[in-house]
Amino acid sequence: MQMSTQTLPSEAAQTPVAVNPTVAERKGLTKKELAADHPTWCPGCGDFSVLALYFKLLEKRKLHQDQFVSISGIGCSSRFPYFVQAHGAHFIHGRALPFATGIALSRPDQHVFAFSGDGDAFSIGGNHFSHTARKNVNMSLVVMDNQVYGLTKKQTSPTSPLGFKSKTDGWGAVDHPINPLKQAISMGATFVARTTSTNPNHVLAMMEQAMDHNGFSFIQCLSECVEFYEGAFDSANPRKGGVFNEVPKEHDVTDEFAAYQLASTPFPGHFGVFYKVNRPTKNEKEAEIIAKHRAKVGEAKDWQILQKTFDRLK
Amino acid sequence: MSSTAPSAPASGEAPKVSKISEAVIRIAGNSQDGIQAIGGFLARLAGRSEQEVMTFMTIPSTISGGPSIFQVRIGSGEVLSAGDEADVLLCFYQHSYEGHINSLRKGGIVLFDADHVTPKPEFEKDYRHVGVKISSLTVEAIGGTAKDKGKNIFSLGLVARMFDLNITKLEKLISERFAGKDESIVKNALAAFHAGYGYSFGSLTDLFQFTESQQQGRTQVVMNGNEALAYGLIAAGVRFGAGYPITPWSDIMEALRRELPKYGGMFIQCEDEIASAAMALGASYAGRVAVTGSSGPGIALKMECLGWGIMAEVPLIVVDIQRGGPSTGMPTNVEQSDLNIACYGSHGDAPRVVLAPSNVEDCFYTAIEAVNIATKYNVPVFILSDQAIATRIEAFPEPDLQKVWQDITPDLSPVQDHKPYDLSAANGYVKRIVPGTKIASGKYPVATGLEHDEMGHPTGSPKLHAQMTAKRRKKLQVLAAEVGTPKIYGPPEGNVLLVGWGSTEGPIREAVDRARGAGDSVSGLNIRHISPLPNGLENIFSGFNHVLVVEMNDEGLYGYGQLAAMLRARFCDPKIRAINKVDGLTYKVKDILDRMKAMLNAKA
Ligand SMILES: Cc1ncc(C[n+]2csc(CCOP(=O)(O)OP(=O)(O)O)c2C)c(N)n1
Ligand code: SF4
Ligand SMILES: [Mg+2]
Repeated sequence: MQMSTQTLPSEAAQTPVAVNPTVAERKGLTKKELAADHPTWCPGCGDFSVLALYFKLLEKRKLHQDQFVSISGIGCSSRFPYFVQAHGAHFIHGRALPFATGIALSRPDQHVFAFSGDGDAFSIGGNHFSHTARKNVNMSLVVMDNQVYGLTKKQTSPTSPLGFKSKTDGWGAVDHPINPLKQAISMGATFVARTTSTNPNHVLAMMEQAMDHNGFSFIQCLSECVEFYEGAFDSANPRKGGVFNEVPKEHDVTDEFAAYQLASTPFPGHFGVFYKVNRPTKNEKEAEIIAKHRAKVGEAKDWQILQKTFDRLK
Repeated sequence: MSSTAPSAPASGEAPKVSKISEAVIRIAGNSQDGIQAIGGFLARLAGRSEQEVMTFMTIPSTISGGPSIFQVRIGSGEVLSAGDEADVLLCFYQHSYEGHINSLRKGGIVLFDADHVTPKPEFEKDYRHVGVKISSLTVEAIGGTAKDKGKNIFSLGLVARMFDLNITKLEKLISERFAGKDESIVKNALAAFHAGYGYSFGSLTDLFQFTESQQQGRTQVVMNGNEALAYGLIAAGVRFGAGYPITPWSDIMEALRRELPKYGGMFIQCEDEIASAAMALGASYAGRVAVTGSSGPGIALKMECLGWGIMAEVPLIVVDIQRGGPSTGMPTNVEQSDLNIACYGSHGDAPRVVLAPSNVEDCFYTAIEAVNIATKYNVPVFILSDQAIATRIEAFPEPDLQKVWQDITPDLSPVQDHKPYDLSAANGYVKRIVPGTKIASGKYPVATGLEHDEMGHPTGSPKLHAQMTAKRRKKLQVLAAEVGTPKIYGPPEGNVLLVGWGSTEGPIREAVDRARGAGDSVSGLNIRHISPLPNGLENIFSGFNHVLVVEMNDEGLYGYGQLAAMLRARFCDPKIRAINKVDGLTYKVKDILDRMKAMLNAKA
């Protein structure tokens, strides 16, 4: 990918991470090196497993602290960055994606991982979800979907199923829930996957594919809130008598309609990659615009470019 | 138009030629007539002739066009405002004639398109009427049927004749303007111009000639405030921005979108203003300070993000081109009613920096100052401009770009250890370490909106909250001591001190000049640093009996405008009083003086 040398700190820009020999040689960070604060989640919360698998991903893929950032919004799940011993930011409710976009676009040397909850990503941040997908910003988003507002203690979330009894719908949820997969596909996301925190190998596989995808990669990860929605995902967990149906082998991940249809399967639905296509990323598009303009200014120093503009304003 | 020495009357039919040091020309027509272009040419010419110039224009708030004006004040000496009254009114239609005749000084010249305007007897006694068949003469000159095309350039020729303007320079400006277009367009434009210039006024009107400029030998650039602000940000080293369109801020985002790629940067159009602020914060967090901006309602939407920047101590530039509010308000009119939201908007105790440029040139340098403060103090900085500065054109000495140019590329060299919120830091701030930096201790910072300990990890400790709150405040108190006390315009002691901020600086200075000329003891003070206020203002105020704060905002529930209320709260000084207005227009010098006199008399 063409990088914008001007938005980047100098050396980092010159050497793409993957081909840097010093980087390739180093060992992956261990869980011990990656763990920061002890997570404040309730014992049994599904988010623990997502964190553990993120550590696994970083270790396996040998990502060091100078190569990635972990970004989140607000919610139980969004506490994530505090538990990772690395550069990170805990932003505001619903806005993790535009914040992460600012990093992804100005620092193509960094892997940008955003972590979010169903309320954070699909309700207050719903519009950003759509627009980040459409822009195809190069980053990964993992939404820990527990179908409830955890941090604020059991209100209806945009993915709560009809009839779910919350503190804001004592009689059961009445608003039609969002299908995040369908939303992502229809908004132009280029990588859409679904997993569940009770299947660690699957979570890791999805995270790896998401990380390798060039563009906006979105993983919906079912992650049980044992405090406020216990048993929500039992029917997707073979250990609880449910079924874990992978995306059928014959599914064509580049077929938008097939993906959309597959995403409509009633709960527990399928797990795996629903949709994956290659479309130029926002990063590439902007880099292209920059390259074109830089070619035109030739050897001029930056201040001389503005000087030329000023000369026309005389 | 201040005449200095009328030259000896020439012989025969030739009109009288008077020497003048400045002139105010108002052009009134419809927005599609290209009157902005006439104003633009005149401003450019002034810039190239080492003269000072200031323009004022109104934009119709509907896109389909409509009545519009452009006023140009050109002077051989200092030009501080767009002028209270016009010396010449150039009008294209009956409605422009009738609507703007009141802006002309008694005895002034109405230059009208005789094809469209019928003079009214009641005006004819007070104003000198000069009718020229502008429309038909233009068609005659350039041929074709293009009805209204070119009459602006024809009129420019008329003005050039009337004011004996430098023809060579104007021809060059016209050729430059249309360069790259079809050759016939340049030819037609020049033909229209020459036809206008060649028009013989006969004895219809006097002719004028500007005196030598007092600013010999300076190279000037000519632009509006939004351009100056955008270019200032680029010179300051900003390479990332994010925004959402809204008038009058949009010009800046359009300029940055267009220009930044040349410098390897980018400006992103977002889905809304919240995303814009969030994205700019993300880029700032990741490296060098980024910019977001808006006007009116869009500023309100950015407030939660602003609070995060303050709490997390991540720099950000927020440009606010103020317009009339609240809500959608008066989109194309000027107001200074965002001082409160800029200083206090967002929840919690959230100290931030607010700077207010006072003219077009100052927009350029304020942008640089804002970037440097944000970077050094790790804090969001507001640039409070307004619709009037944003759209007015001025000529100012060309900045030494090589000298002011900044490289603010972040330093990614590994560090041993890093405490992002170090409570023992001398002035309350540390050098920020950004993603990509290796930290040898293996302890990495989290940027956070939660109250936190020195590493950025959440805390519920009341003691830490008190300490961190004090830290965020103290660093700005350090800044307050650093910015220096503003300079008084006029003597440091006297009867009245007129205090202003932002775009009222020009008219206030002119009011001071005029009052002093009439023997009154009046000085002026412009405050550029709105938050934190600079130290030492109390010493300035103590030199005067009356401190009158002139603002384009409402007197509020308690009788004081937004800056006046802040100064009263800060200094508990009852002699601080307020002059306010919210008519959506800039202050005329006369308004300020009349209001000042009324206040002084009321007290007596
Ligand atoms: C602007 C704003 N509104 C409301 C809140 C309160 N709030 C915090 S988290 C949250 C919802 C969290 O739900 P979700 O995103 O699903 O995350 P979870 O806790 O379930 O992981 C709400 C409403 C807030 N912090 N900011
Ligand atoms: S409340 Fe629910 S989501 Fe939050 S930590 Fe506890 S179990 Fe997890
Ligand atoms: Mg949730």
